[in-house]
Amino acid sequence: MTAAKRKKQSFSRISNISRQESFEHSLIGGPGFSRLVFCNDPGRPEAVPLNYASNYVRTTKYTAVTFLPRALFEQFRRVANMFFLFTAILSFTPLSPTSPLSTVVPFAFVVGITMVKELVEDLRRKKQDIEVNNRLVKVYSSHGSFQYVKWMDLRVGDVVKVEKDEFFPADLVLLSSSYEDPICYVETTNLDGETNLKLKQALQATSYLNEDSAFKDFRGIIRCEDPNANLYSFVGNLDVAGQRYPLTLNQLLLRDSKLKNTDYIYGVVIFTGHDTKVVQNSVTPPSKRSKIEKQTDKLVYLLFAVLVLMSFTGSLVFGIATREDLQHGRMKRWYLRPDETTIYYNPKRAPIAATLQFFTALLLYSYLIPISLYVSVEIVKVLQSFLINKDLHMYYEEGDKPAHARTSNLNEELGQVDTILSDKTGTLTCNSMDFVKCSIAGTSYGYGVTEVERALARKKTSSLAQEKSDEDFHEFYMETNPLVKGFNFKDERITNGRWVNEPYSDVILKFFRLLAICHTAIPDVNEENGTVTYEAESPDEAAFVVAAREVGFEFCERSQASISINELDPLTGKKVKRIFELLKVIEFSSSRKRMSVIIRDEEGNLLLLCKGADSIMFQRLASNGREFEEHTRLHINEYANAGLRTMVLAYRQLEEVEYQRFNEEFTKAKNMIIADQEKIAEAVAETIEKDLILLGATAVEDKLQIGVPECIDKLARAGIKIWVLTGDKMETAINIGFACSLLRQGMKHIIINSETAEFDALEKSLNESAASEALKANIFHQIEKANDLLASSNESLSLIIDGKALTYALDIDVKDFFLELAISCSTVICCRSTPKQKALVTRLVKLKTRKTTLAIGDGANDVGMLQEADIGVGISGFEGMQAVMSSDIAIGQFRYMERLLLVHGHWCYRRISLMICYFFYKNIAFGFTLFFYQAYASFSGQTVYNEWCLSLYNVLFTSLPAIALGVFDQDIPARLCLKFPVLYQQGVQNVLFSWFRIIGWASNAIFSSICIFLICILGLEDQAFRRGGEVVGLEILGATMYTCVVWVVNCQMALSINYFTYIQHLFIWGGIALWYIFLLAFGAMDPSISTTAFMVFIEACAPSPSFWLILPLVLFVALLPYFTYTAIQMHFFPMSHQMIQLMYAQSDDTEFV
Amino acid sequence: MSSGEGSSQPSSKKSRQPKYSRFTQQELPACKPILTPGLVVTTFILVGVIFIPIGLLSLSASERVVEIVDRYDEDCIPSDQEKTAFIQSDKTNKTCVRSLTVPKKMQHPVYIYYQLDNFYQNHRRYVKSRSDKQLRNPENEDLTSPCEPEARIDNKPIVPCGLVAWSLFNDTYGFSVRGMNLSVNKKDIAWDSDKNYKFGSKVYPKNFQQGSLIGGGKLDEKIPLSEQEDLLVWMRTAALPSFRKLYGRIEQDLEANEKITVVIQNNYNAYAFGGKKKLVLSTTTWIGGKNNFLGLGYITIGGLCLFNATTFIVMYLIKPRPCGDPSYLSWNRNPPGN
Repeated sequence: MTAAKRKKQSFSRISNISRQESFEHSLIGGPGFSRLVFCNDPGRPEAVPLNYASNYVRTTKYTAVTFLPRALFEQFRRVANMFFLFTAILSFTPLSPTSPLSTVVPFAFVVGITMVKELVEDLRRKKQDIEVNNRLVKVYSSHGSFQYVKWMDLRVGDVVKVEKDEFFPADLVLLSSSYEDPICYVETTNLDGETNLKLKQALQATSYLNEDSAFKDFRGIIRCEDPNANLYSFVGNLDVAGQRYPLTLNQLLLRDSKLKNTDYIYGVVIFTGHDTKVVQNSVTPPSKRSKIEKQTDKLVYLLFAVLVLMSFTGSLVFGIATREDLQHGRMKRWYLRPDETTIYYNPKRAPIAATLQFFTALLLYSYLIPISLYVSVEIVKVLQSFLINKDLHMYYEEGDKPAHARTSNLNEELGQVDTILSDKTGTLTCNSMDFVKCSIAGTSYGYGVTEVERALARKKTSSLAQEKSDEDFHEFYMETNPLVKGFNFKDERITNGRWVNEPYSDVILKFFRLLAICHTAIPDVNEENGTVTYEAESPDEAAFVVAAREVGFEFCERSQASISINELDPLTGKKVKRIFELLKVIEFSSSRKRMSVIIRDEEGNLLLLCKGADSIMFQRLASNGREFEEHTRLHINEYANAGLRTMVLAYRQLEEVEYQRFNEEFTKAKNMIIADQEKIAEAVAETIEKDLILLGATAVEDKLQIGVPECIDKLARAGIKIWVLTGDKMETAINIGFACSLLRQGMKHIIINSETAEFDALEKSLNESAASEALKANIFHQIEKANDLLASSNESLSLIIDGKALTYALDIDVKDFFLELAISCSTVICCRSTPKQKALVTRLVKLKTRKTTLAIGDGANDVGMLQEADIGVGISGFEGMQAVMSSDIAIGQFRYMERLLLVHGHWCYRRISLMICYFFYKNIAFGFTLFFYQAYASFSGQTVYNEWCLSLYNVLFTSLPAIALGVFDQDIPARLCLKFPVLYQQGVQNVLFSWFRIIGWASNAIFSSICIFLICILGLEDQAFRRGGEVVGLEILGATMYTCVVWVVNCQMALSINYFTYIQHLFIWGGIALWYIFLLAFGAMDPSISTTAFMVFIEACAPSPSFWLILPLVLFVALLPYFTYTAIQMHFFPMSHQMIQLMYAQSDDTEFV
Repeated sequence: MSSGEGSSQPSSKKSRQPKYSRFTQQELPACKPILTPGLVVTTFILVGVIFIPIGLLSLSASERVVEIVDRYDEDCIPSDQEKTAFIQSDKTNKTCVRSLTVPKKMQHPVYIYYQLDNFYQNHRRYVKSRSDKQLRNPENEDLTSPCEPEARIDNKPIVPCGLVAWSLFNDTYGFSVRGMNLSVNKKDIAWDSDKNYKFGSKVYPKNFQQGSLIGGGKLDEKIPLSEQEDLLVWMRTAALPSFRKLYGRIEQDLEANEKITVVIQNNYNAYAFGGKKKLVLSTTTWIGGKNNFLGLGYITIGGLCLFNATTFIVMYLIKPRPCGDPSYLSWNRNPPGN
């Protein structure tokens, strides 16, 4: 431990130059900056009234107390449920045509199931919460020692000790660490998705507090900003021992980030629980509802309207008939005793009777509204999710991650996605860099084939000769996983020390030496086997150091002022340790786009080693350093086309005098405390980073996840637009865009950029507000230009915009222009975007297009986006669960999107839409028979069916096949869904749940009910219906009609599904069989229970041939139109899935399975 | 497919890998019926071929039924009197003699029905106005709550209570052929379930038709309800406002062209609500009484199916679609798969 400590202390010095941020600090104490923290003294009387939030973080929807009222409230927010509640209440009055029990039981069942589902889902969240809130952390107690306390009991002002690889329990101000230099490394994967370590440094004033006992007398007061969501700013100050010190982001440790490479730290809690930046950053999860569900609501409203209309008509007729029953004291229908009647049938007060009858009719025709629809849909969705979770094709073996549908609400929405908004790092890429190629001294080394090359080659071969021999194919296309992480370089000219035989071996030596020296990585030597691993700020850098190591330049030690390298001596072939004196590090910054180190080698030469972006580096070459420029440029272009990130390496020998002069100026610049300090330092650095001699260029690959280009290609062919929102810089984003075939050759790229010289000039020359005005005007101008281009060209376009430009582009007045432009581009890449921007873009796209958006991401920085989108898909990477926790569906790798959308999405969309249509069909068909019968019962509200048959219709006889349809139906098998991505457009265009289709189903339903009713009453009229001379009574007509309904509805189901497994057979035919069984069983019960159903089947119906004869007639008449329509459509106007069915049904039956 | 073939090798301890089953992978063996031209035409022909014979059989069965329907409500009332007043009066002579001719030989049993039109036995108020409990068990005779206003008289329960029983049909028919009385068998005209279960053999009529307003027929208080088959038949409420109910059977063949004299006691008031009354004599076959609807329906649908089959054959011939030709997937311009 001490060794590590020593090793690292110097590093902190070279990389941290603390600056005063005086302007912001002047705000402290004012509004928005009023937080007061009594360090190490949270119980102090002054602290109590501040009443800061506790550190308990709750993500559940309900608590034990609020569950019942809130869940019920949620239930009755649905109009349909409200209506059924209303009918349930009414059913206890004499208005009800049936007994209250038969109305209430199905309703209670339906509501109960939904609530149980809610409860189970919330309990799962609760478990997670309990785990997090009960984690332990060491907290300084008044007894002078650190004791374990649960996270949730943490208070503002507590001093905590966090140990290696632990998460920070709250937002802390770093006081000191195990290093003498009070630094620590944190990993913020959970916050921003970046895996590299970030350095935090405490104030020197508190660095002495590096022992438990030191806190005995420690007191201090922190004043800082109020809780806010900005992860990238923090302002505060610390009063300790009579002195005031400014606090910045450098001292802030955020909840949910992790302590790495540091044994322990001490920190003061400043924000707890819901005040922490992470929690503030998370938007409360909106409850998402799918579009189909919303459309279903409309449909339900429509049915309500129909219901009211029917009831109104009925009650009108009833009112008239009732009034006529008693006129001038003469009874018309005397058998009803209109002279001595109740209010419900009183002819003298017919309007009231009619009004009351209206409610009875509402109750009676309420079968029109499918009570079990919502609960069935929910059950189906849960089962669908189950199948998604169980799909082996979406199981990520390496990470042991099956797909996980966390909310089941949105399955069918997966089949309707119009736009995908994707994060980049960790989502499209593995977030690891591989050193693949390099160009040294004008020679290109490295045979590795990059993803982009593979993709391009694949395209070529697939269009030219599809039938290439499989083996060739594999060799070339198969993923070759590097043996060493970060190093996928294959070239026998270089490896194994053979580079010495190359013509420019001296350049090669310098090249790799530069890679081994010019960086800010930290080596981690494994004591046991002597291997070295590296902690680097970025994966690129790690790849460079690893590459140098693999070639034979093993960077093994970094000390305060030196870097040691185990070098393979080309002459002896042995490892030699060389030590380079490290004089200066000029850090990388996005504006400089390069980094340099100044070293003194063992021979005493002063060297400036520099690596940077080609655009910058080529300008800075010396006239005698351009020997290889032409070739290198050529290679860089090649690499860029291959989707690689390139870096140019150059060096320069320095004169002692020159260095001294530079050192003086640079140090002075660095120590200045003015706003422009950074710029001045940059200017100084520029004076020395010139006249460089070119060595070559490197090319690293930000490895795409397996299958990403293919997946994106498939998704694009399915007509899905893809946006990439990334925190990366523009160049990287564009490279990746090419690599994953988002950007293609022959696409026109529109780039809207704010990081141009023009902008810098604007920013410099004007004051802040004027500058932003000017910037905005500029951006607007760029957008307008692009819009013109859009209008004039018919190529496919891609739009690339950076974060700052995006800020302006999303201003209210420019927004619409920008979105119009963006929406018409097939690919959009937003670089350097913040989490909030990601969420905002997502929201705007969603609102503007009114189509389904899907966001996919892996880090906590994607949380807002995931929640904002219609569907949030989280990638459950190796680290960080934030994205997954706020996603709707979690998958292991991006490539599973293909199957998730094209197969499961398509199926689910199809299933749900068909199922809902069918639900309406069966209920309309049933409800209308009730209505027609009323016309023959003077709208008195008498049901033709037994009341238990009525209430069990939805629950028992017809729901199961519908559920089976919703869970299992497949129009075409998965293989073909993937083969014909265009099929996906069915969902995007919503052809299966269009109003046209819905009305078609409704008409079919009304036709069916007319058939059932008319054929039954005409066939069974008033004559004897069997040899024994008996005539048909109410109960026999009811049983016959009901039998017909059950048959018709179930056979309609059999006709409309595409996929018959034993489950379908079981449910459909079982549903029918169940009706007969029910009829027998219920009919055998005591007549006081079974009432009209008593022995009706066994005694009256079963022995009568006409009962059996009516059934096939009804069945075939009712289904004939649908059958004919489908037959015609299938042959003459087939929909896309039907075409595929036809194609494969005949070509090869076994293949179809 | 690029989504990768999920290798289903068993993985090490506590893997979260889903287990393979054809169910969870949605690969259950299934048949996928597709409406190919062959299937469509076959279905239509099959339905046609099956339906037409069934239709013919049903039609012939229905045609074999001999039925005499005689509407008597208007003829059995003096045209000079107010109908309702006439029927409600105790004093008037309501005997009415009708003569019917047998069109074809009627083999016994010949069923006698009365038919009422425009009588809403299925009105909710009417249907509900009975007490099933009371009808079954003498101990329940006080359970008359659903029966209002025919529940009690002088606070004594009416058995059977309610509007249904109260409005019992009470026309009677006497038949004679060539001066000889035809005996009418009124046994076993009700459903067994009514006789054995729904109406008690120990429940006797009480206080029935004692009120100020007399509805319909009266009951013999010495005969238990389960044997009052007229009441049982009446209380099986009809489904539609026009209905027949079994009155009895003539257990004797009626020869063609025989004249039957019917003496009707025209007691029942169908005039107030404008209903018709008919007397029906009918034989039955296996299909029941006379109703050509089913037969005609089957024949029509069978014919329609055959017609459809022909139309489809013609259509398929005119515009054939060679199945399995991918060129019909016009949108499928991209090379499939990679």
